[in-house]
Amino acid sequence: MSTAMEPVTGHGPETPEAHHRRGMDPALLGMLLFIASEIMFFAALFGVYFNVRATAPVWPPEGTEFISWQGSGLFGLGISVLITIILVASSFTMQWATSRIRKGDRTGMNRALMLTLILGVTFLGLMMYEYYTLVSHDDFGVNSGVYGSLFYVMTGFHGAHVLGGIVGIAVVLARGLRGQFSKEHHVAVEAVHYYWHFVDVVWIFLFLTIYVLR
Amino acid sequence: MAHPHAPTYRRSWIYEWITTVDHKKIGIMYMVTAFVCFLIGGILALVIRTELAAPGLQFVTAEQYNSVFGLHAINMIFLFVMPMFTGLGNYIVPIQVGAADMAFPRVNALSFWVFLGGAIIIEMSFLFGGSPTGWTLYAPLSTRQPETGVDLMVLGLIMTGISSILGSINFLVTIFRLRAPGMTLLRMPMFCWAQLVTAVLLLFSVPVVTAGLVMIFIDRNYGGGFFEPSLGGNPILWQHVFWFFGHPEVYILILPAFGIISEILPVFSRKPLFGYRAFVFATASIGALGFTVWAHHMFTTGAVYLPFFSFFTFLIAVPTGIKFFNWLATMWRGKLTFDTPMLYACGFIALFLIGGLDGAFLAVVPFDFMVQDTYWVVSHIHYVLVAGAMFSIFAALFYWFPKMTGRRLNERSGKVQFWLLFIGTNLTFFPQHMLGLDGMIRRVADYSANAGWSELNLLSTIGAFFIAASVLPFMWNVFATLRGPVNAGDDPWDGYTLEWATTSPPPVYNFDHLPPIHSERPVFDLKHGGGGHAPIAAAPALPAGTAE
Repeated sequence: MSTAMEPVTGHGPETPEAHHRRGMDPALLGMLLFIASEIMFFAALFGVYFNVRATAPVWPPEGTEFISWQGSGLFGLGISVLITIILVASSFTMQWATSRIRKGDRTGMNRALMLTLILGVTFLGLMMYEYYTLVSHDDFGVNSGVYGSLFYVMTGFHGAHVLGGIVGIAVVLARGLRGQFSKEHHVAVEAVHYYWHFVDVVWIFLFLTIYVLR
Repeated sequence: MAHPHAPTYRRSWIYEWITTVDHKKIGIMYMVTAFVCFLIGGILALVIRTELAAPGLQFVTAEQYNSVFGLHAINMIFLFVMPMFTGLGNYIVPIQVGAADMAFPRVNALSFWVFLGGAIIIEMSFLFGGSPTGWTLYAPLSTRQPETGVDLMVLGLIMTGISSILGSINFLVTIFRLRAPGMTLLRMPMFCWAQLVTAVLLLFSVPVVTAGLVMIFIDRNYGGGFFEPSLGGNPILWQHVFWFFGHPEVYILILPAFGIISEILPVFSRKPLFGYRAFVFATASIGALGFTVWAHHMFTTGAVYLPFFSFFTFLIAVPTGIKFFNWLATMWRGKLTFDTPMLYACGFIALFLIGGLDGAFLAVVPFDFMVQDTYWVVSHIHYVLVAGAMFSIFAALFYWFPKMTGRRLNERSGKVQFWLLFIGTNLTFFPQHMLGLDGMIRRVADYSANAGWSELNLLSTIGAFFIAASVLPFMWNVFATLRGPVNAGDDPWDGYTLEWATTSPPPVYNFDHLPPIHSERPVFDLKHGGGGHAPIAAAPALPAGTAE
């Protein structure tokens, strides 16, 4: 048996809140760690891409055509350029939403979140449209050699992450419309905004790797 | 108690367990699931050894054998050792750092249920043609196998991987943000440090293999070409992706074991852990070096730069050696008592050393070329996983069972179990060294009667049944003890760390009061005075009549 335990400490019962008054909110740290693991996920995709590319005699492999950022669309640019602009813009609107709620402006945050949501959905819609044209017009699918597999898996997984971000933004927006956030209490907004920036940065690398680098 | 109570209503215990977010209950669910999978994996091991007892195919067909050894490995690695350590960590880490629960209790429950779903899918793969690919799922074998079992295996592994990622985020945030006042990082118990480094390894390695598993799934089902040379892909690429996860994985399987041994040895030697800080840095550097050596599993592919990976593999022996030195120095001139946890800890030190030295042999490139894919490698991995991970798991179960249930497991039964397991482990796996050096190849259901391997194989099979027999007293022990009286008290081992400062089992919120934390042994300080701090309220070091 242990010796009698005196109530020796000055602090009260141990609640989770009692522990972390200083420093980063646990939810935010959790989101950062999650993003770290996501970075490793995309690092694996990029690693596979560059390994295949480095060992291929020509790139893209014979029989497939390079999917370029140039295209037949507006100003001779492909859809990829348009959706890149949209996603980068949505990062700015997301940052705007966060800075609004940090100042306590709920209405401003809701407006900016709404705009971000629209931009995100537009990105996904245009991406689906690009998939559609590639599959139906160019007969380019996930089974079109390793190049097709890489293209669809890398952009597809990014799209899935955009979808996850959209769900996050929708949840935050729904809570924002109910007035659940304030200047002091808006950790969910901060977490979603970290994630959205991450999704955006990954896209920039994907865009440069897949559409630009020849 | 005259407190007014909230109106209570009875709910069935099944509902309580299914909906629980209490880290202790979730930990126990992890451990029970892991033990069931351990039994399945153990039966598969007996199938393997029975088939190999004599030359010729007597017991299973070659095709069945191919599925059996893969599922045995997957069961033991992903469904036994990993979730068992996760379960122990779930139960112990929040208490050891003085927290009321994990940082995200509901995510914690999600991790468990996703893991359980993945485990069921993996076991089901056996009913759908099996997964005759080994645990490494090497392409193009895995991408060209027609059986649905491989798809289920891939999906199940992705699910357990997601569970691991969520779980490791939870551990990291708990350790970084929920430590009690005074519990600095360098006062944390070694088990928490081990879980911390393990969580980092999981966080950075599991996503990589998840990406690879998705690629295998796409290659198999949607005509993808990642690992298919005729489509421009590269099968060796899978080996890189897999081992970039696979080598950190072996430290994921052994670092928590190091942590457990480092908890038990000081308590049963009545001394503090020798060289605590060196131990912390050794743990962290094993974790970091773990990411630099993946290609030593691929020496014979000819696709990797041998000196680099050989050098870093040797380098890992340095922090591991530091740990061995510290363990032995902890025991040196201690007042040793040989309760079952300590027996297992000593067995661990003796036998893990053999497995570790086998590993250092394999870092020698010419030697590795010689014994690649032979029973030498089988012997190595089992000396580190059975004598390492499994011994430490039994040590931990005997050590913390009183805390979890309030009851002490029977010592006599525990010692019988230990000696059966100790003899069985050596009898099974030591002959495999000789078989490997003699050229017997692993993963093959049969061998020639003229090869001269029959006696050693029979010996190995007898040993396997010793190991199986050792599990029976344990199961009876747990069953009988749970039906017996609550007899352990709060602190049966005169422990050092915070879990011994609360009741057995702890309340849902873990602590009514925390002792002051001035060192890595707060409970020892409280009882005996230590770390330069007098015992509180000048209490006598030990109440009269309490034997040390």
